[in-house]
Amino acid sequence: MTATKLPFAASSDVGDLIACPTCDALLHERPVAVGETARCPRCHTVIEAPRALAMTRIIMLALSALILMVAAIFFPFLELEAAGMIRRSSLLDTVMAYSGGLTEPLTIVMAALIVVLPTTRFLGLLYVLAPMAFGWHPARHAAPVFRFVELLRPWAMAEVFVVGVAVALVKVGGLAHISLGPAFWAFVALVIVTVLKDNFMSRVTVWKTLDARRRS
Amino acid sequence: MENTGRPPQILTAHRAGLIGCTQCGKVHHPGTARCGRCGAALARFNTASLQRVWAWLIAGLVVYVPANLYPMLRTTQLGREYDNTILGGVLELMHHGDIGVALIVFLASIVIPVSKFVAISYLALSIPHRVRLPSHRRHLLYEVVEFIGRWSMIDVFVVAILSSLVQLDFAATIRPGIAAASFALSVAFTMLAALSFDPRLIWDEAD
Ligand SMILES: [Zn+2]
Ligand SMILES: [Zn+2]
Repeated sequence: MTATKLPFAASSDVGDLIACPTCDALLHERPVAVGETARCPRCHTVIEAPRALAMTRIIMLALSALILMVAAIFFPFLELEAAGMIRRSSLLDTVMAYSGGLTEPLTIVMAALIVVLPTTRFLGLLYVLAPMAFGWHPARHAAPVFRFVELLRPWAMAEVFVVGVAVALVKVGGLAHISLGPAFWAFVALVIVTVLKDNFMSRVTVWKTLDARRRS
Repeated sequence: MENTGRPPQILTAHRAGLIGCTQCGKVHHPGTARCGRCGAALARFNTASLQRVWAWLIAGLVVYVPANLYPMLRTTQLGREYDNTILGGVLELMHHGDIGVALIVFLASIVIPVSKFVAISYLALSIPHRVRLPSHRRHLLYEVVEFIGRWSMIDVFVVAILSSLVQLDFAATIRPGIAAASFALSVAFTMLAALSFDPRLIWDEAD
């Protein structure tokens, strides 16, 4: 991957220009080849990074993430054994841990951060990018859906949760014997898939693709 | 664009009298309300957005205080109740020799939130006042703050996992404390403060 600096802009038609989304630097827009990474010369933010078959890869990854999420919800997550008793805890038990008492609202927050928002992101991405991967016109309302998907990005916290599980395991370690259920591994796989997917996606490239397909 | 010894001056959409979309980069003529490519609302950046940053930051700081004073975890063992605050939990982990995990919790629950308050305040103050740190350094600081903020949520998750595992049928019971709620709120508010900060302001220096 070679970084390409986009040249500075003089004054020309607005359509040939692109403003760096992060620092507002005005740049000449030029086609960025597949495999290239175009960065802003001032703040070095990646502006465009088209990758071969990126759309297809993203929808495959989003689809696997969805399947893994279903597995993570329905299989046992953690199993704790102490004094001859076994307790199985599912992802839903963890979400419900804050129910009752003053921490009740956190139940909704937990469900949102771990399950609802990541799932919504995967579904939204599938809706927006699947027609792109097949070379079709964008789906109805693809633009607001993709805006929403990008808005949710910081709030989908699956990977933070996985680290939380690791910390919790060490904390109870002395108290009881804990084994990890299949759902835990499904969730770890989901995190890996999510990170891969976000690496394939460059926001400006998606917007330009959506725009080009709409007009043609 | 002649070079006069100084670093090349980069024209911004703002100075060219245009508006750049912060979502997709498309450049628009002034007076356009929504981006023609992605439909995002267009706004010429101004320092008024800093008021929102300060509001979220102060809200985050206010709820961070009870998060540290009240118990995060309530452990009942053999009829006796122990309360654990955030710092208490870290100390206990260190006591058991789990230095690595103690460090993770300490970083996520104390170091990251406190440095986020300092970093966001610094960034917000650096806009109306001149500071020594150059733009690209402040931009790096902004990116770190934006990336790292969500990791503070770890302790809230840990408390949930512990409470769901260690239940009444064991000799010990763990229940979440009220601090978990205010801590979660504090993380959310500081994330909103970082998200309200417009990084274009860092680069827009009068020169
Ligand atoms: Zn830039
Ligand atoms: Zn736009």
